Amino acid sequence: MENKDQDPESKPGKTISRRSFIRGAGLSTASSVLMTSNAFALEYKEPLVTGKEFGPDAITIKMKVNGITKSLSVEPRTTLASALRDHLELTGTKVVCDRGSCSACTVYLDGKPVNSCMMSAFDVGDKEITTIEGIAKNGELHPVQEAFIEHDASQCGYCTPGMVMSCVHLVDNNPNPNLEDVKNATRGNLCRCGTYPKVFKATLAAAKKTI
Amino acid sequence: MNKFSWYEAKSVEDALEQVNSTLSDELYEPTQKASVFKSGGIDVFDWVKEGLLKPQKIINIRNIPGLDQISYDRKEGLHIGSNVTLAEIASNPEIKSQYLALHQAVNHAATPQLRNVSTLGGNIAQRNRCWYFRSADHDCFRKGGDRCFARHSETGENENHAILDNGTCVSVHASSIATALMAFNASVVIANAEGKQKTVQMDDFFVSAGEDIAMENILQAKEIITEIILPPPSKNTKSAYIKQVARESYDWSLADVAVVMEVSGNTCKSASIVLGAAAPVPYRSVEAQQAIESKTINSDNATAAAKAAMTKARPLSKNDYKVPLFVSTIKQTILEIA
Ligand SMILES: Cc1cc2nc3c(=O)[nH]c(=O)nc-3n(C[C@H](O)[C@H](O)[C@H](O)COP(=O)(O)OP(=O)(O)OC[C@H]3O[C@@H](n4cnc5c(N)ncnc54)[C@H](O)[C@@H]3O)c2cc1C
Ligand code: FES
Ligand code: FES
Repeated sequence: MENKDQDPESKPGKTISRRSFIRGAGLSTASSVLMTSNAFALEYKEPLVTGKEFGPDAITIKMKVNGITKSLSVEPRTTLASALRDHLELTGTKVVCDRGSCSACTVYLDGKPVNSCMMSAFDVGDKEITTIEGIAKNGELHPVQEAFIEHDASQCGYCTPGMVMSCVHLVDNNPNPNLEDVKNATRGNLCRCGTYPKVFKATLAAAKKTI
Repeated sequence: MNKFSWYEAKSVEDALEQVNSTLSDELYEPTQKASVFKSGGIDVFDWVKEGLLKPQKIINIRNIPGLDQISYDRKEGLHIGSNVTLAEIASNPEIKSQYLALHQAVNHAATPQLRNVSTLGGNIAQRNRCWYFRSADHDCFRKGGDRCFARHSETGENENHAILDNGTCVSVHASSIATALMAFNASVVIANAEGKQKTVQMDDFFVSAGEDIAMENILQAKEIITEIILPPPSKNTKSAYIKQVARESYDWSLADVAVVMEVSGNTCKSASIVLGAAAPVPYRSVEAQQAIESKTINSDNATAAAKAAMTKARPLSKNDYKVPLFVSTIKQTILEIA
């Protein structure tokens, strides 16, 4: 069952791909629809305009965030996290791993939790974004937020906005969650401080209060 | 991230006209002019952020109408559009009742947030997670380089790597969902730029490292996955899936197993047994299948089948734990069916 150190006998082959064919065939159509777009020159309308190329330079798009439609100038490579934090100054959303592996950057896209670090601002289209800033309503904290304070469910706080987004989504959609439900809802949210037990307690307590 | 433009594809034909490369081609031999597909974008953005994929244009196929449907029919089986999200599969009641192992595999893949965005087409076409392959500082075989860093017995960090079919590249396939799809004998429908369509068995969709080091699947630049089809189960079909991970929160698979069986009482009539995180592509264990077929499903026979699956295992310097892990996981998965 021993595996030898050295590399296999010869350099492995590349047989299936036919680059040369691809190279010759693909490029002509691409350039025919290319549109030069200066910053602010073009409005990316909703719903998504299909069959068109945008960027690479910044264009002005509209995005509905926490119930308010905003205009912002972004490039296709601008992540949703960056659009929120750097362009709209909604810095409650945190970026920690920037790779979809920690969920600190969780926001809702049409009500569903997603990683804002792993999508382009262009992915939003006419969907609605909710950030941590949009969770409290009319100056009133959400029961989950209150329970996080009451149960001391935050230490350094880096994971907290994302953790709250996951727990609020659970409580708002499942009136009677059990511990396993809370664990499943927060499976993607990594907390380096190890606040999980208190997060679980706080969320279960908040769920009881909302029924 | 390098600058790229964004093309919002309106149809399959439109997307195929725009595209000129694949992630595999670009990672092996980068060009400055790549136009590549993006669906959920989770894997594409990962490579762009690492600076290993520098597309000129990203073609967003996510909003193409018609690719986001799930349909189930007792005669036709299950059709899942390539843009269906993992979350949509996880919450589909017919998939849960008719294709339990797929339901379980999807539920244990990635995180709730990622499942809301990741698509089934993107999931089976994503590239492997070997840290050397994903690192710009390591020019490995799969990036056109001259070595496999993970294989080295002292310096190779190979604890998550392959124990089977690892003679060339020792990575394991990233899709734990493909383990279940292959066990159900799923097939992939691929359309090309000439307007033709082909249906490929999952076993033939994946490409072993020995066959072509640049690729993990057969997709060419001017091809697009439109749907994945699972044959209809009979009333005697049973399935189970188990994934082993290192921590209680979400994690990549260390060993995952899908078993689909035709049973008669407590006897296995035929078995489809696939291992994930064992080899560079999802690994069908013919040995385990043969060992359990026509046998009573009990602890002794399940153990024998599990051991048979490991006869060809050749662990690396830091992953021999995977052999007993697979033995116990295969056994447990078979017994879940009984
Ligand atoms: C932290 C983390 C943990 C994860 N854990 C797991 C796990 O446990 N199990 C698991 O299975 N997965 C896991 N994943 C993978 C993830 O869930 C996604 O499925 C995957 O990253 C790609 O899906 P996508 O739709 O975003 O694909 P994209 O990034 O859009 O595309 C991936 C590739 O497929 C190509 N492509 C996409 N759609 C098509 C199509 N229709 N036709 C042809 N080519 C196409 C793209 O060009 C690209 O090359 C994890 C990912 C992360 C980041
Ligand atoms: S910052 Fe987005 S998942 Fe970690
Ligand atoms: S409180 Fe510090 S990371 Fe969670």
